[in-house]
This record gives sequence, C-alpha cells and structure tokens, in this order.
Amino acid sequence: MDLWYSEFHTKNVKFSIKVDKQLYSHKSEFQAIDIFESEEFGRFLTLDGYMMLTEKDEFIYHEMIVHTPMAVHPEAKNILVIGAGDGGVARELSKYKGIETIDIVEIDEEVISVCKKFLPKTACGFEDERVTLYFQDGLKFIRKYENYYDLIIVDSTDPFGPGEGLFSKEFYGNCFKALREDGIMVNQHESPFYKDDATAMLRAHKRIVESFPISRVYQAHIPTYPSGHWLFGFASKKHQPLADLNEKQWNELNIDTKYYNTKLHMGSFALPNYVWEMLKNVE
Amino acid sequence: MKTLKIQDRAPIMDALNDFISSRVVPFDVPGHKRGKGNKELTEFLGERCLTLDVNSMKPLDNLCHPVSVIKEAEDLAAEAFGAKNAFFMVSGTTSAVQAMIMSVCKKNDKIILPRNVHRSVINALILCGAVPVYVNPELNQRLGISLGMSLKAVEEAILNNPDAKAVLVNNPTYYGICSDIKGITALAHSHGMKVLADEAHGTHFYFGKDMPISGMAAGADLAAVSMHKSGGSLTQSSILLVGENVNPHYVRQIINLTQTTSGSYLLLSSLDISRKKLALDGEDTFKQVSEMAKYARDEINSIGGYYAYSKELVNGDTVYDFDATKLSINTLGIGMAGIEVYDILRDEYDIQIEFGDIGNILAYISIGDSQKNLERLVSALAEIKRIYQKDKTGMLDHEYINPTVLVAPQEAFYSEKELVALEDSVGKICTEFVMCYPPGIPILAPGELITQEIIAYIKYAKEKGCLLTGTEDLEANKINILKGGC
Repeated sequence: MDLWYSEFHTKNVKFSIKVDKQLYSHKSEFQAIDIFESEEFGRFLTLDGYMMLTEKDEFIYHEMIVHTPMAVHPEAKNILVIGAGDGGVARELSKYKGIETIDIVEIDEEVISVCKKFLPKTACGFEDERVTLYFQDGLKFIRKYENYYDLIIVDSTDPFGPGEGLFSKEFYGNCFKALREDGIMVNQHESPFYKDDATAMLRAHKRIVESFPISRVYQAHIPTYPSGHWLFGFASKKHQPLADLNEKQWNELNIDTKYYNTKLHMGSFALPNYVWEMLKNVE
Repeated sequence: MKTLKIQDRAPIMDALNDFISSRVVPFDVPGHKRGKGNKELTEFLGERCLTLDVNSMKPLDNLCHPVSVIKEAEDLAAEAFGAKNAFFMVSGTTSAVQAMIMSVCKKNDKIILPRNVHRSVINALILCGAVPVYVNPELNQRLGISLGMSLKAVEEAILNNPDAKAVLVNNPTYYGICSDIKGITALAHSHGMKVLADEAHGTHFYFGKDMPISGMAAGADLAAVSMHKSGGSLTQSSILLVGENVNPHYVRQIINLTQTTSGSYLLLSSLDISRKKLALDGEDTFKQVSEMAKYARDEINSIGGYYAYSKELVNGDTVYDFDATKLSINTLGIGMAGIEVYDILRDEYDIQIEFGDIGNILAYISIGDSQKNLERLVSALAEIKRIYQKDKTGMLDHEYINPTVLVAPQEAFYSEKELVALEDSVGKICTEFVMCYPPGIPILAPGELITQEIIAYIKYAKEKGCLLTGTEDLEANKINILKGGC
C-alpha cells in the first residue's frame, strides 16, 4: 500500500509525507483532528488538514517560541500560552524553575486529549504542576486581564479557521493590556515566502506594530511548514530582543536545547532583504 | 408542527431545477444566455448563478400576474406568515412599504405615522400625495433614541383627524423598539382606519418564540417584511403581507404600477427557499440568535461605559416590547458618538456593523454569525474604550427633533425651489430630504420648517462623520427650499 499525507502549500505546490498508518481522525466542534504515523517524521498532528507538528521537527518551533523571549526576560513568572494544544510550549517552559504559573488557553479540548494520547513527547509538558488549562476562546480569556502576565506566547493555527481571532488587532491590543510594563508577547508569525502566507503575515505584523511600541521579527527553519522559512513575532512594551538579551544569565541556567542558543538568538533577528522590505512597508 | 408537510416545499426552486434539466434552447432574454455570452461575469458570479438568471415563461410563472409556481410560493408564504395573501417583492422593502401605503392612501388622504420612519415611507407620500400626520415618538433621554408611539398619542391623532385613512407602525424600530401594535390596531379599526406595519426589521417575529407580536398576528391590514434582513434571503428581496380586509387584487395592481416586469428569479427563489427554512427551522434559528445577542450584550455591558440595552426598557407604552435579537449599544458613556465607534470598528478592526448614529451603534446578529466573531466584536469594543475613551461633556445626545410640517411632502417636493447655503435656510421650508444613512430616518423631509436646532444637529452629525444623504447637493452644504415660502 502506498499511503501519503499531502498538504497544498500553494495551489501549485504540494508537500507529501509517506504515512505508515493513521492513528486518529475525528471532527471536533471546531476542526478536523488527525494523527498520522510516518517513518520519516514520526507521528504528526494535522488540524483541518494543515500540518501542526511532527515529532521530528517540533523542537525547532517550540524552542524558538519559548527560549527567545525567556532569554530576554529570564525573570518572567506568570506566563500565558494561547493555543498550543500539543503541550510543546509547556514542555519548554517547564525547564525554567523561576516560572510560577503557566496558564494555557486552548479552544479545543479534544486537541489536548488527542495529543495526550498520541503525542507524549510534547504532551508531557502538561504534567508540570504549574500548568493550568483553560478551554476557552483566547480572545475572550484575555479580555479580563490587565497588567498581569510577564510573557504571552501565541501559538496559534493559521489565520483561516478557529485561530482567526488570534490575528486580530483587538487580540493584540488586549494582550498589550494584559502584560506587565516589562512584558513580552511572542507569536507564530506565518511565513514570508508564498504570497498568501506573506499577506497574512504582513496583516498580522501591521496590527502588532500598531499595538506595541517595540515589534521585531525573527526566523527559524522548520522543514514541514510551507517553504520551511518561518517567522516569529517579538513584541514588548520595554524590552529590546537584542540589546536586552541576558546572554550570561540565560546560559547559566544550563537549559538543555537542541536548536536554540544565544548566538542563534542574535542571528535569528537578522532577516533577508526581501523580508525586511516587506515588513518596512507596513511598519 | 401542523404545517410541516406543506411548508417543506419550495415551488419556485423546484420549477427552476426542472427547467435547468430540460435544457431548453434560449431564444429569449436575458441576452447573456445562461452566462455563455458573458464569460467574465460568469466566472465572477459562478455558472450556477447565471444559469438561474432567466426570464418569466410559462413553466416559471410571471411575477406581475402569478398563476402557477410563483402563486404557489406566495400562498405558502402567506400561510407561513399567517396572512391572507403574500406578494413577493424584488425592489426591496422600500417597494413593499410604498405599495402598502399607496394601496390605502390617495392624493390628499391623511396617514398617521411616527416621524422616525424610514425614508421609503415619506417617499411613498411624495409619490401618492398623501399628507402625513405625525405622532411624536417619545425620546429616551439617556440613550438619545426615539421610542414607539404611545397608545394615547395615537388616539389623540385619530380623534383630531377622523378622516385619516391609515396608521403606520414601525414594528420594530431599527433599534428594536415596539409600539403596542395590537392596541393601536384595535383602536384604528374601531375608527375605520387601516393599519400598516413597517416590519423591515421584524421578519423573525413571525417565526421565533417569545418574540414581540407580529403585524399579522396583531391584526394589521398590510405588512412590509424585509426577508433579506433576518429572513436570510438575497438583498433586495422582500414580502408584502395582506390581511383579511384588504382586496389583494387591488394591491397587486398597485405593486405593478412600479415593479419591474422582469422579476429576478435569483431573488424570487431566494424568497421561496428562505420561507421554507424559516417555517421549518425558524424557531430554533431565532432562539440561537437571541442567545448570541444576549451573550454579546452581557459581555459588552461588563466592559463598562457601553450600554447594550434590552427588555429592561419596556414600559408598557412607548416601549411596549423590545426585540432581544437586536444588539443595540449606546456609546455616549465612553464619550464617543456611535458613528465614531462605527468608523473605528471598520477602519481599525475590520469589523463592519449595521450602523452608528449620534449616540448608538447597532451590530446585526443573525444565524450566519459565530461565537468567534462575537468575541472579536466584544474585544474590539473593549479596546476602543481603552484607547479612545473621552470625557463625555459636550456630547449631543438626542436623535429626534419634532418636525413642523407646513406643506405636504408631494407639494413641497414638486414646487419651485431655490438652492441656498445650509446656514441661510433657517425659517424656510425644506423641499428635499436630509438624513444620515444608515439608518435613513429623515432629519428633514420635504415640506418641513428648517430651524436653527436642525441646522446645528446636521452640522454636528457631519462633524462626527455621519454620511448625510437626500439632498441634491451631495456634500449637503446647500439645501433646496421652497421659493417664496415663509
């Protein structure tokens, strides 16, 4: 049998992974949830057919979205994670002893239960006792908070589907309000490469720039995401991602990482010219 | 449900399906010939849509003289709405309102109505020459919105004008406010007057549970129902309902005075299919809509500053009932005009709401909405308050100015006129409309006295960003007045 998972990265580009078997398939209240097993990438999760994570390359995404802001703000105590039903962000956060609370807001409870069952390598993050799970719309959750969190990590799906509200100006504005004066927000910032992704990326960027005094973009290479070239947003009220990097302090924490290091941190904010120009046009 | 079996049909849709499968060769209009003659249009709107854009013909009946499938569909609609007859309308509820008025009023006949009517009502008076007798709708000072007509005020108008032919009632107003239409109907009928219900915002009253009473249920003689609003049909489609004591054949003649002879089958089938859906699922649908509106109202009220109002306004008279599916929000508490919030929602947050006026906004909630989008609206309103909140002093709050009608609308509109600057028009008689659109309720209508207060209001509305319409001068800096009048 020749079974393949395929995702259209554009109308004309298809990305496929050979599948050994499908472990789970169900339509939840919000989206279609599927788990596959493959030889090349291990197990992987898709939502509405879009690749969310594979066991092989998830470390890149999760380390970059967590350690980059934590190395700038190692004192962060109260963390809010929006989305992240797979537990990968929580797993990386749990490496910091100084963190006091990790609130995770995921709209789809079924994603969490499925990940706990089939993706223990990331779902182990939920076991940390500092984690509290809220099954709610992120946009609704954040409305109630003011001057409360040190770090907000927006680990959203793409802006077409249940995650749409997490790319809106009202969401970023509410995040600004919910952060302390030295707070940081990082977000999954889409890709600059293919046209539709780039359009979504620029819309999000423009809205973040309008909501935060400091707004920068950094990048990583994630093989299973469209084009592989992926961006993250770093927005804050006070901290600069490079000038305020606490290199020494972070390295003394001796946190075990496979992708992130403080040299890479500095390099990741250096962007290709075409990306610079795109971003500059909406800033 | 007793009507289930019959209501589950859609005769116009069925006839169109049969027609398409019979592959008739078209040597008739429309000239795009099922889209083949206009490739770009077909690609843009979709092949299916162009295939259905056909002309009246025997198997598809004729809107002007319905005898088969359109007649059947109209009869089903009449049954679903509890009316004696129903007419499908393809020129908007404007055409239904006009047909309704022209069916009961002729030149110089009096009609009793509240002044906060839609412009289409006064347009009808210009067309037919009827004379308005305005009942002053009370004003809610805090919200700056006009309410319904009190029974007593209607009675007074009836006693002072025993020769009036009809009473027109908004059921409900744009904001969701209902008058005692049942009481008004009984009163009007006892004086030999007809009752017309403008139900542009009331389709759901016929199908939802625990809704304000519908025009037909209240005994009204005619009702104009905007199916394309809460009924879910295509824009521009509407239904005119006819009660027991009105001659439907005369109504049809009146409709045919102005209605197109090429009624669109896209619009007609949308009315047919929507009626079916309303009859079968309406109760559930509007239960969900009410719940969504309630959720949003509670969340918005918890932000503070805003006031999303509902049934607590009910006072047994000028607010006899309230349509709780409406999400009307007063914005004066955050020091902003409704129109300012309306503009910011669209320009900054990509959220389009129904309208904003001086003190309020209205977000239209329907079955097409999702929880996720409600969260966006609520969050955006919270953000607008955080970022833009101002001191509320100096906010103009009232929306209604009692008009002084000196000349009948038709006479004023067709008289010799003179174009003058707005500020030079005080004390003169206006010959055209001035209104903010939306909501399209006239500030001035033809034949009314222009006062200093009205000019100040118009200038304030302009300054806040309202789109002023109705005047010949598109900028509304100049206004037409009656030549030699006053």
